[in-house]
Amino acid sequence: MSTASLADKRAGSLRGASLPKWSPWAIAAGSLVVAVGIGLAAGLDSKVQWGLIAAILFVLGTFGVAARVEGRRQAKDRVATSLVWVAFLLAVVPLVSLIWVTVARGVKVLDVYFLTHSMGVVADSEPGGGIYAAIIGSLEQVGLATLIGAPVGILTAIYLVEYGRGRLAKAVTFFVDVMTGIPSIVAGLFILSLMLIFKMQPFGFAGSLALAILMMPVVVRSTEEMLKLVPNELREASLALGVPKWRTILKVVLPTSIGGITTGVMLAVARIAGETAPVLLLVFGNPFINNNPFEGAQASLPLYIYQQYSQSAGANAAYDRAWAASLTLIAFVMILNMVARGIARWKAPKTGR
Amino acid sequence: MDISTQTTDAPPPSPEPTLSGQARGARGATRPGDRVFLGLSRGSGILLLVIMAAIAVFLTYRASLAISRDHGNFLTTFEWNTNLNPPVFGIAVLAFGTIVSSVVAMAIAVPISVAIALFITHYAPRRLAGPVAYVIDLLAAVPSIVYGLWGALVLVPHMTGLYGWLDRYLGWTGVFDWEGGAPRSMLTVGILLAIMILPIITNVSREVFRQVPQMHEEAALALGATRWEVIRMAVLPFGRSGVISASMLGLGRALGETMAVATVLSPTFDIQASLLNPGGGTFAQNIASKFSEATQDGRDALIASGLVLFVITLLVNGAARAIIARRKEYSGANA
Repeated sequence: MSTASLADKRAGSLRGASLPKWSPWAIAAGSLVVAVGIGLAAGLDSKVQWGLIAAILFVLGTFGVAARVEGRRQAKDRVATSLVWVAFLLAVVPLVSLIWVTVARGVKVLDVYFLTHSMGVVADSEPGGGIYAAIIGSLEQVGLATLIGAPVGILTAIYLVEYGRGRLAKAVTFFVDVMTGIPSIVAGLFILSLMLIFKMQPFGFAGSLALAILMMPVVVRSTEEMLKLVPNELREASLALGVPKWRTILKVVLPTSIGGITTGVMLAVARIAGETAPVLLLVFGNPFINNNPFEGAQASLPLYIYQQYSQSAGANAAYDRAWAASLTLIAFVMILNMVARGIARWKAPKTGR
Repeated sequence: MDISTQTTDAPPPSPEPTLSGQARGARGATRPGDRVFLGLSRGSGILLLVIMAAIAVFLTYRASLAISRDHGNFLTTFEWNTNLNPPVFGIAVLAFGTIVSSVVAMAIAVPISVAIALFITHYAPRRLAGPVAYVIDLLAAVPSIVYGLWGALVLVPHMTGLYGWLDRYLGWTGVFDWEGGAPRSMLTVGILLAIMILPIITNVSREVFRQVPQMHEEAALALGATRWEVIRMAVLPFGRSGVISASMLGLGRALGETMAVATVLSPTFDIQASLLNPGGGTFAQNIASKFSEATQDGRDALIASGLVLFVITLLVNGAARAIIARRKEYSGANA
């Protein structure tokens, strides 16, 4: 009886039976309620488990309902859709948690005092102290790394796009790709092996060198993409007027793509500003202010976070400082990112007319 | 693709101008300015190659010093005592831990990343797709040390419930056996690494899925395929090699990740059959945590282990790039 009426319904319309538009939401809400119920009943204290149970119920529920009403193929489609949504939510959860915790715990000690004072003789377990030395160290190391890495990267990209033909260009392209994947700690070990040979003690500039190595391939890649976007007509027009190639590059190609290049460099800076491993090996960390990157151990923001975490044996004051420093670092990196993207949008090369 | 070939084939100014009256000084390579500029830019390219070579040479040199002093077998010894005289150390435990943590990370990250890439390209409402891609980019911008701090102080306490559950129902397999220590083990490390490599896999897969010819999808839709069938028949086969190379790029990241592992894992120098019991270590984590108390010999030994890591990541990344390069030619020919 019931199957017959269902068949009638399908024959009647071309589309067949379909679930109403709100059904995914209803199933989601239902599975969430059931999951909370199961979690409370079984006494599961971890919210992670509640979430996982809800996700599984949602997928199963969707399949069951859709298979009954719409048929197997549609049910599979709905399951795929719900799995994709679940995956998306799964990815958002850690990000939200990370930002939330960092902000919530970071603001506790983040104030002007924290930004303008250093650790000095403050013991790890005591409250007080700050990240002034770390900020100075980070700025100097990252600044020097940028001074080395950005010009080399941009020039290499110019070589690849404007001059590069033949085997050398192919080799450079390949090794730039490979270099992108070098673990940061290996770059640190490379500089370390040089320092061991010359029997040098840790100092800020050594860290800058390792960071520059990490920065170069990123800058090359992004600059290359930007230079390729410059319309060839511009180059040809300039060359046709008898302008030498190097002036064409400097006065026509680079100004056209300067927005994108700046963006790439800033994103690369944001990336190396958060690198800890090479700094740990080469700069060593220093609770006191050291303004000279060429002599003596320096502090650095990411390294400061690591040391507050690892050397404090669980003291709350140290954890608070670590979170506050994390918040500072994330804010710095995010601002760089946003400004960089803003510049990219503002100065996007005009490719077509 | 078109733009790039045009660009690299940009005609040098030399031959044509000889026809006109402006021939004087038009030969690019002979002008001093041009020569300087070409020299500078080619020099930077060569500098990059020199750096790569120098990394290999110097790491190998220091590593050979260390290995010649090693009184264990560098590949099979289950020990890391560089302060003994003579020192005894081997990378077996580190290699095992590095592979296990990366495999766990890949097992979690690849399906989720592919799903998110599909979400952005095919499922999300158009208004949501842009912001989602942006959020994924933000995820990539967070420094690894912050992930490490978050993992150690937030993720680890949240894992106990899951660990107990896995132990109760899957403990008999041995892989999920848990003796009740703090959940600072390979599974937590793998989950954290998965979160960290998710953006790169998502971004590369997304680009590949975008390139799927519209015609293929529309043909499938016209035959009455559901959205999932379109994806299975048109999108995934086209994107397979792209997803593989994206995964390998992610694998390269996971293999070399240092700080997140160093903060979360509680290392021991032995091999644990279970993912849940603390123990083991990875190359990068071992370097970071052993470095501060290492003597000169100890540092050389760490450099030796770093060399192994370097070679492994080179192989993985080289393979990934080779796949991408092949795919580029393929899709270019079809375009």
